Amino acid sequence: MEITPPVSMTEFFDAVQNIPLIRYALLAGIVSSLTFGVVGSFVVTRRIGYIAAAIAHSILGGIGAAIYFSRVYDIPWLTPMIGAVIAALLSALVIGWVSLRAGEREDTIIGAIWAFGMASGLLFIHYAPGKAVSLESFIFGNILLTSRSDVIATVTLGAIILVLVGLFYHKLVAVCFDEEFARLRGVSSDAYYLLLLAITAISMVLMVRVAGIILSLALLVLPAATASRFSRKLWVIILVSIGLTFVYNTGGLALSFELDVPTGPFIVLVASLVYGLSFALKRLVR
Amino acid sequence: MSSATCARSQQRSRGHAEFNLTLFSHPLNPVESADIAVADGLCFGYGRQLVLEDVSFSIPKGESLCMIGPNGGGKSTLLKLMLGLLEPTRGSLSLFGKPAEEARKQIGYVPQAVRFDPLFPITAIDIVLMGRLDRHRFGFYSRKCRETALQALAEVGLEEFANRPFSDLSGGQRQRVLIARALACEPELLLLDEPTANIDLSVEEQFIETLALLKEKMTILMVTHDLDLISEIGDSVLCVNHRVHRHSLPLSGETIREIYSGVRRVEHDRRARHVHGDHSACEHD
Repeated sequence: MEITPPVSMTEFFDAVQNIPLIRYALLAGIVSSLTFGVVGSFVVTRRIGYIAAAIAHSILGGIGAAIYFSRVYDIPWLTPMIGAVIAALLSALVIGWVSLRAGEREDTIIGAIWAFGMASGLLFIHYAPGKAVSLESFIFGNILLTSRSDVIATVTLGAIILVLVGLFYHKLVAVCFDEEFARLRGVSSDAYYLLLLAITAISMVLMVRVAGIILSLALLVLPAATASRFSRKLWVIILVSIGLTFVYNTGGLALSFELDVPTGPFIVLVASLVYGLSFALKRLVR
Repeated sequence: MSSATCARSQQRSRGHAEFNLTLFSHPLNPVESADIAVADGLCFGYGRQLVLEDVSFSIPKGESLCMIGPNGGGKSTLLKLMLGLLEPTRGSLSLFGKPAEEARKQIGYVPQAVRFDPLFPITAIDIVLMGRLDRHRFGFYSRKCRETALQALAEVGLEEFANRPFSDLSGGQRQRVLIARALACEPELLLLDEPTANIDLSVEEQFIETLALLKEKMTILMVTHDLDLISEIGDSVLCVNHRVHRHSLPLSGETIREIYSGVRRVEHDRRARHVHGDHSACEHD
């Protein structure tokens, strides 16, 4: 369904009230902010940003493969979203398995998955028959989710992640801080580490929709990185990350209409500036 | 008590917390003959190189001691074997009469504090609560778990620091938080891996006092490089240098040289212990 984007702030607020799609996008934005705030905090704390970036790039491989095979073999249910989720989970498991077995080598494996994912995705898209696929929404994101089912998928996946983190919060923190001790207390550290990577993978899929592949890591990590400069308590970092993510996503969305700039890059620019400011602010406070 | 120990207890630092060991329900019964750790022909190697060869010993319950030896001699490996984190290549090792992996619940492990990311956003109480992980299902820790954790922090004199972030603590305080975490496991055996390696002397003394009190209620096995501490913990030491030998204290200079077989002993900062200008009792370069 084609919609004409609103061109100013007032039109944006009108749109929210009158166009269900934008309301859904807002709802998805709220749930996403909760998810990204929580997951981003774990990614920053556990220092797996590099892994998250590799997963984001491998998502292109999944999207490309889904487009190619769904067209060549006429499989209507194989949407890019499903391809993305499969590719993300697969790369997370491979990276997780390698880093659990051979810690020092994980850098190269991560790089390999990153490159392989991007390259195979681009090739699949190039050779996919039928209508040409625009890469723009994958590279830059498409924050105006184009269908109701997308919003449902986002909210569902986001909610599942939040429930999982809620149930296993202390075990996840324990495994992040001291996986050896957690193991001594009967916690399967390996399983929880893989769970964390899987959660990160799904979050990257959701994030790629918002900010595109290139900027997805930045938007996931910058709110938590900013929060970490001001607090050394994880629950505070999570709350601040959620707040910042919501402000960036929603505020950025509205503001980008006002200023007529691409949304994804604009949001990341704002997030980076705030992060940079946090350094200056800390110095002033001292 | 030797005169040295008396002198040290008279030097208690100010603001020293009162220790009340109410936490532990495993009083040492001298009539029980159960050994806490028994090794028989234990061998371990990574690949073909054997780190530990034909190790046999038995440590009775209540007999705390230190494990000493040169780097690379297998001390940490033996510790990991006792925790069930490694499996013997040959021979056997049992703790509390069971294979090491099954005895974990009864052991409190204290690793070195320097191993952890100092900036990790976690509070002291949350670290100590990890000792209760096996008793916790979904969601959040129960009130009883929190009370146990606070008590454990009190045992090491850090209850006011419960909500302080790990990054705000000094090296000695971090090490004590890790001890509290092990205490929160309500263990019968406390295993410490070089706890004094990175803390200064004044803190070290407070430390040793804590351990001396804990020694009354549980067995302590401490891996250490610090030969000054070995007499504080027990009457003998376990020397680990690919093989394991038991030596009663005090150790003669020859025994020490033999144990470390030519490897230079790790020297900690002993400046504060010297009587000014008098170095007759020292062995340093």
